[in-house]
Amino acid sequence: MMNLSKTLYRYGRDPVSIALLVCVFVSAVVTFMSLAFLLGYILMQGIPNINLDLFAFEYNTQNVSLFPALVDTVIMVLLALAIATPLGIFAAIYLVEYASRDNKIVGVVRVTADTLSGIPSIVYGLFGMLFFVTYLKWSYSLLAGSCTVAIMILPLIMRTTEEALKAIPDSYREGSYGLGAGKLRTVFAIVLPSAIPGILAGVILGIGRIVGETAALMYTSGTVAALPHDVFSSGRTLAVHMYVLASEGLFMKQAYATAVILVVIVIAINAVSSYMARKLMKGN
Amino acid sequence: MRLVFLAAACASIALVAMICVFLFGNGLPTIFKIGVTDFFFGQTWRPNNDLYGILPMILGSAYVTLGAIVVGVPIGILTAVFMARFCPESMYKFLKPAVELLAGIPSVVYGFFGLVVMVPFIRDNIGGTGSSMLTASLLLGMMILPTLISVAEAALRAVPNSYYEGALALGAGHVRSVFFTIVPAAKSGIMAAIILGLGRAVGETMAVIMVAGNQARMPQGLLEGVRTMTTNIVIEMGYAADMHRDALIATAVVLFVFILIINLTFSYLKGKVVQQ
Repeated sequence: MMNLSKTLYRYGRDPVSIALLVCVFVSAVVTFMSLAFLLGYILMQGIPNINLDLFAFEYNTQNVSLFPALVDTVIMVLLALAIATPLGIFAAIYLVEYASRDNKIVGVVRVTADTLSGIPSIVYGLFGMLFFVTYLKWSYSLLAGSCTVAIMILPLIMRTTEEALKAIPDSYREGSYGLGAGKLRTVFAIVLPSAIPGILAGVILGIGRIVGETAALMYTSGTVAALPHDVFSSGRTLAVHMYVLASEGLFMKQAYATAVILVVIVIAINAVSSYMARKLMKGN
Repeated sequence: MRLVFLAAACASIALVAMICVFLFGNGLPTIFKIGVTDFFFGQTWRPNNDLYGILPMILGSAYVTLGAIVVGVPIGILTAVFMARFCPESMYKFLKPAVELLAGIPSVVYGFFGLVVMVPFIRDNIGGTGSSMLTASLLLGMMILPTLISVAEAALRAVPNSYYEGALALGAGHVRSVFFTIVPAAKSGIMAAIILGLGRAVGETMAVIMVAGNQARMPQGLLEGVRTMTTNIVIEMGYAADMHRDALIATAVVLFVFILIINLTFSYLKGKVVQQ
């Protein structure tokens, strides 16, 4: 505060500076207060509504359990990661380790990856419905949903892995070649292990996106609130569960509680991801 | 193994191609069947009577996005300036993760917040039913903040410090140096941030659906409900069949083309930043 008044005094003769300074501070306060208000409101309203009923094994209108949705979310995340992570990492390996600088494919891959990351989730949802649900005849299923979200997080994993691989100093590679290792062994035994924190940071961000996704899943994985039998059964994730509760308007208490669980998961994911990223920075 | 990596890299190309084929393959014939002018400029969307005019939804998306830009851009860009040039190091350690958290909160949680806090607030204090264009604009404005802040902040930080020092040496104060040398120099980056925010706002679905009212008619005013292209798809896809379903896919095609244009503009601006 001392600083601020000192600054204001210094600009005493310059109203333009003062006006701009005030605007800057007001904007920053608005941004961070709205975040604090949103989080505070959801947590305050939601935490009292969390109870054991919400974690009952089976969903019914008595307990409005979110447990099946939680299980579906975990399955969805695992399936989507199983598809997107190898694909994203391999693609990044090609871009960083194999492609030559003037390779035409690299440019096209970059542009298409950027396009993919900009497509709204509802468009993914429609594509998933047209392709996985209708064309491949998987009907509303966890598999169709996870394939759809796997495409969504692919560019994210590609980009973060690319950055992580680029951050590995060339001396690592040269050292490995010098000891007689081939290209492939160098990539898998030397470069990839050193890049793991960065890759993990991307993967964790991807998990965050899947957990929060709704629009892409409503018409691919459906909204059935029961524990799945296999990957071909329909199921709602937590975010879809929350949307259904909030839009029906019958179970607002449970909607608040679900919001808390979602927010807590997201906060945890963010914390882990930035911890990984910091570790990577320190590593170099 | 090299071929496996190459194949993986080509996956994104194949996916974009497939998305285009499936969307355009289903959507374009429908647009021509409905009639290009009837589809784009028809003012009534009444699937029961075979009227598929999506002008109300195009305008709905445009107004709501414009509103989000009006609300979000000044606050977002100024916060980016704060983060890049005014924020003490000790505070930055907490504020940077806060911005990332803002980006990570699921849109359905934002929508829920809008539904239980903003809708009643607007109904009681400003008027109307609360589910309105204004509410949707405010909520979207809040949702695009993290995009605006992180992209604009990166652009501001990329400006060489010599610009700032030069301004100081010529006798300008800190505020003037920042706003009259650094901000103009980061112009293309800031534009890129705005364009990216625009794309987010156009594509947002679940938050809008919960606060916008969703009436399928021409937008009537700030305090009246609107329906956007994204919400039109989600609301009706559940029960649509035949022509109705195809018309919804055609809506997605229009949305997709808008997004492609926005993305290309963004890449162009980003390329310009790199050149500088």
